[in-house]
Amino acid sequence: MPKLINKSAVIDNPWTVMKVSTGPEILQVVPGKNFIVPLQFWKLYQEELNEYDGNIAVWLDSNENPEQITGELDSLPLIALNFPVFSDGRSYTNARELRQKYAFKGEIRAIGDVLRDQLYYMAQCGFETFEIRHDQEPELCLDAFKDFETGYQSTITEPTPLFRRR
Amino acid sequence: MYRYDGYDHQMLADRVAQFRDQTNRYIDGKLSETEFLPLRLQNGLYVQRLAPMLRIAVPYGMLSSVQLRKLAYIANHYDKGYAHFTTRQNIQYNWPALVDVPDLLADLAEVEMHAIQTSGNCIRNTTTDQFAGAAPDELEDSRAYCEIIRQWSSFHPEFAYLPRKFKIAVCGTADDQAATQVHDIGIYIVKGDNDEIGFRILVGGGLGRTPVIGKEIFDFVEKKHLLTALEAILRVYNREGRRDNKYKARIKILVRETGVDEFKKKVIQEWALIKDSSLTLTDEEIDRCQKFFDAPNYQKLGNSPEQLTDKLHSNVLFAAWHSQNVKPHKVPGYSIVTVCFKQTGVAPGDVTDRQLEQIADLSDHYSFGEIRISHKQNIVMADVRQDQLFELWKALESEAMASHNLGLLTDVICCPGGDFCALANAKSIPIAESIQRKFDDHEELTTIGEMNLNISGCMNACGHHHVGNIGILGVDKKGEEYYQVSLGGSSKNNASLGKIIGPSFAQEEIPDVVETIVGVYKEKRNDDEKFIDTYNRIGIDPFKEKVYAKAD
Repeated sequence: MPKLINKSAVIDNPWTVMKVSTGPEILQVVPGKNFIVPLQFWKLYQEELNEYDGNIAVWLDSNENPEQITGELDSLPLIALNFPVFSDGRSYTNARELRQKYAFKGEIRAIGDVLRDQLYYMAQCGFETFEIRHDQEPELCLDAFKDFETGYQSTITEPTPLFRRR
Repeated sequence: MYRYDGYDHQMLADRVAQFRDQTNRYIDGKLSETEFLPLRLQNGLYVQRLAPMLRIAVPYGMLSSVQLRKLAYIANHYDKGYAHFTTRQNIQYNWPALVDVPDLLADLAEVEMHAIQTSGNCIRNTTTDQFAGAAPDELEDSRAYCEIIRQWSSFHPEFAYLPRKFKIAVCGTADDQAATQVHDIGIYIVKGDNDEIGFRILVGGGLGRTPVIGKEIFDFVEKKHLLTALEAILRVYNREGRRDNKYKARIKILVRETGVDEFKKKVIQEWALIKDSSLTLTDEEIDRCQKFFDAPNYQKLGNSPEQLTDKLHSNVLFAAWHSQNVKPHKVPGYSIVTVCFKQTGVAPGDVTDRQLEQIADLSDHYSFGEIRISHKQNIVMADVRQDQLFELWKALESEAMASHNLGLLTDVICCPGGDFCALANAKSIPIAESIQRKFDDHEELTTIGEMNLNISGCMNACGHHHVGNIGILGVDKKGEEYYQVSLGGSSKNNASLGKIIGPSFAQEEIPDVVETIVGVYKEKRNDDEKFIDTYNRIGIDPFKEKVYAKAD
């Protein structure tokens, strides 16, 4: 299981990421789980997912726009955003838009190539939990949230830009 | 100029500590080459042909004498005694050792300087006209807005991993010296209805492999909406810019493939959501930033004092320097001086530690302790008293800094090229030198008149060859270094991209080719017509005929 952290501690991870979109049979094979399913799967098998006895969340790849799920946001406890490679910056915009544009209230999780040196910016953009890559040391990662005391911008964690605070 | 407060200092200290930790982890093998790469680039550090190259940010080109002295110290202490002015108003060092870089950055932080976002796929240093605040033809000083943009773009959490690098220029003068139209975003300060000052915004300009002149996306944006407009543009670009091919990843390709109208529609949609959010600029913030650029304590003086006119009559060399390097100032009795760093035999833009010290002293003495770097790789002292111009010139002359070829053919813009840069196909510095040697007669140069010659060692175009009146591009032809020549480029208000004249030339042919081009111009020009105007009137063919006739 990849390690999961929030901004202050290593935490339990009740969720399993379904990495590729398979057939809906998988739901019968492993009942009672908490699945983060790919967008494609989630769109194709709504009925099966509704009948499933575990919790269901969805993950978006960096090239998938959150506008595709805006109708269903209230029913989702969690949305995970994938970093196929750490240098792909699209999920930062997706996280911000989920909060700012679509007022998503649930948890936003970073998955994929999630590394220590990008965590601070991710947190600023609205990510709350981070499934860090297997080789990352959780304690070192927790330091990342203290990299900067403050920033200039209007962000999700600090909506008032510095010029209105100084 | 802008001064840091506690917040700015804290952020910079945090950044230095962060990069120190990253460098240590890289040296200990805990951070891979691939993972360290964007981190070091966003701190200005390249790995080059001979050693690392560190690019220091000089926000909109402004430097104080205190900062200059620190740069001289760094050149001496961490480098081989010199630094290099870049075509984006920054400074580069070619020889620092990786392990020393965190200390070097800590030294810089003491004088409110850094290397943040001078490279990498993020928003780079915002540039402007090097005469900002002093030019007579200025609508409003651009520097306050540059500073506002600098702060907004520094450590922007959403835009640190863009598809590609992103460059912004702001221009407030009628005569555009900032190459505004060849930036990812070009901002002109303009007057709208009711004389209200605001911004005209262009997107998708750029040089590199696919040179493009920016297209207008907004004809007038109110001041308060500047940052939300930029944020909306960047958001569309971050999401939709191509990431499959690094050569198609700049915003110019996105704008071209989407179409400017459709692109604008998308930006307006994003903008609507944030237009009146907390990111809307306040009058207080604009005032606060403008105060940093208040006019210095000018004396009440008249134009053309005797101390100046006498010397202009009696000293031919001084008069030559004055006519090329000294420009009118908005305040009577003052002038704008450009110190030209294009001496034959010295790589364009190279400056020694001693020269940096000298410039610091001279700026303290003659120009309120401030200087600017121009994108043409020269230094500007923007506020010099006319009655002190002769003294300043004498001092410059004694330090071999009184080159009077500013704006002339030998004031070459040139990238470091194959001598230093790992990307280059060909050398560029020796080409510059061979042309300078060919045209070593000042009278001949002034007869030729205003002429921009730009040299890039590869198609990444750091020497901006596309917008040179004469552009020279190093190309690789079966392992040999060859040079392609283009004519008719301009980075001014009527920006245009040069047209390739024909097959490329060997290195040793270039000075003769330039001479032939200049010969055609001199023969065909009307009266005082500038090269670019003659070219626009007669087209490329007469040049082509002569250049290749000679080659046969």
